Amino acid sequence: MTQTMLPPAFADLERFALTWCLKTESERYARRLASPMQELIDFYDACFPRVEDALAYCDKFPLEELPEDAIHLLHLVYSLVMVAMAVEIFQQPKPVDSADAELARVCAPWP
Amino acid sequence: MSKVVHEPATPHRWPRPPEGTWTQHYPELGTSMMSFEDSVSPEFFELEREAIFKRAWLNVGRVEQVPKTGSYFTKELDVARASIIVVRDRDGAVNAFHNVCRHRGNKLVWNEFPRAETSGTCRQFTCKYHGWRYGLDGGLNFVQQEAEFFDLDKAELGLSPVHCEVWAGFIFVNLDATPRQTLREFLGPMITDLDGYPFDKMTEWYEFSADNQSNWKLFADAFQEYYHVPGLHSQQVPSAVRTPGKGFECAHFQVDGPHRMVSTGGARRWTMPPEFMYPIERVTRSGLVGPWESPELGELPKGLNPGRIEPWGIDNFQIFPNIEILIYHGWYLLYRYWPTSYNSHRFEGMLCFQPARTVRERVEHEVASVVFKEFALQDAGMLTGTQTALESAYRTAGLTEFPVNDQEILVRHFHKAVADWVDVYRHDLAGTDAR
Repeated sequence: MTQTMLPPAFADLERFALTWCLKTESERYARRLASPMQELIDFYDACFPRVEDALAYCDKFPLEELPEDAIHLLHLVYSLVMVAMAVEIFQQPKPVDSADAELARVCAPWP
Repeated sequence: MSKVVHEPATPHRWPRPPEGTWTQHYPELGTSMMSFEDSVSPEFFELEREAIFKRAWLNVGRVEQVPKTGSYFTKELDVARASIIVVRDRDGAVNAFHNVCRHRGNKLVWNEFPRAETSGTCRQFTCKYHGWRYGLDGGLNFVQQEAEFFDLDKAELGLSPVHCEVWAGFIFVNLDATPRQTLREFLGPMITDLDGYPFDKMTEWYEFSADNQSNWKLFADAFQEYYHVPGLHSQQVPSAVRTPGKGFECAHFQVDGPHRMVSTGGARRWTMPPEFMYPIERVTRSGLVGPWESPELGELPKGLNPGRIEPWGIDNFQIFPNIEILIYHGWYLLYRYWPTSYNSHRFEGMLCFQPARTVRERVEHEVASVVFKEFALQDAGMLTGTQTALESAYRTAGLTEFPVNDQEILVRHFHKAVADWVDVYRHDLAGTDAR
């Protein structure tokens, strides 16, 4: 039996879970920069229509007591936000005109 | 003869001072071309170390970072060649000390690497080298093999204190032996009129750090004018509704001593037709200027929105020398610029929200944090270009003066404030030499 990461209601997004259920912003940003644009578009097209459902699902739990599969789902939403910047705004993985600049997120709330 | 018709001047959206421009409202600023030699000169940077960073009050953190007795953090102030410890003592006071053991001068508090900042909670500080111990009040409490020393007076060998004061939860230190002003005097009325703003409610932090290959003032400049926004950040508005050639006019400018502020105004993004927002903004109800709705804050201090702009957008306070507080609806951004050389600095950025109560609110904060980074990277990416071209301009191209417009008044004021502090230092130095 294959181990699933997301809640059963989000089985349609399970194929993205291994790649995009990432705990930190640094991992999500690095994955975006390392991904071909078509992969970002595929992920965005599949995930964006499910955002409302995902938020509604997660919001059934207190923020500090999210079950593990809901945390994975939330991380997938965070990745969608990250990928949306490339797909909706810049049409490329890296922000336009950002040259060699880096800005490391060193602290953030959990989850 | 046909009548000559002049093009009408661009109508200003926001009222201006009686002088007609913000810059002329502050006549000491002048309107001439400006030199940015202060950003390319190693010699000037050495003066800034002494004149500014060893004399001004510097914000090194917030009280939430030292929540209880024994909570501490260290701060590397490379620009002043100092490392300090900030610690809450048994009386609840926040104190600062030089991070130096009084026995042979070892760095007292560090974790894995002496050059890296650290934080934690302890009962006392123990030097890793020979085991000397200091209390939270800085007193020397224990000396290994004390009897081996000669005339050792422990009462005289406590940690070297650094002047430390707190305003609105912001911890400031001053490395001067005798600060010329108290923190409140230094901040002045434009800043202290923010007293009572609930910074203490905004304890959910997204923190960023970056090393930039540019002078510290050049990054501050990029965040204290909005003239560059339509050019560098054209993607802030969806392409379908972008207006080529459209500028950006700020609603209010104000300066007070070495500090400055600017307000923006105008319709909030989400009250405009939906095509003015990106899909991710609409679905998460958050974006470029943060969450559409934040929890109410109650009555706000008189120092907020001092120009009484309606509709108000953002207040951007630049506290001399190196911090910036950007107040949005219900949350704020904090920037610090720490010079590491004449053409490099460390940037610290924090987004501070009221703690999320639900997943949806947490996602709103995440969106704001992600959008912030995207556009800050554009500013940061450009800085290497600004720095290298400015250095070339001064050293090889013979270009030493650059025009600065009324929308860039804070840039003009900032460089003048820096020059004024350096001039005072030079004057003081000359006076000392003369004696």
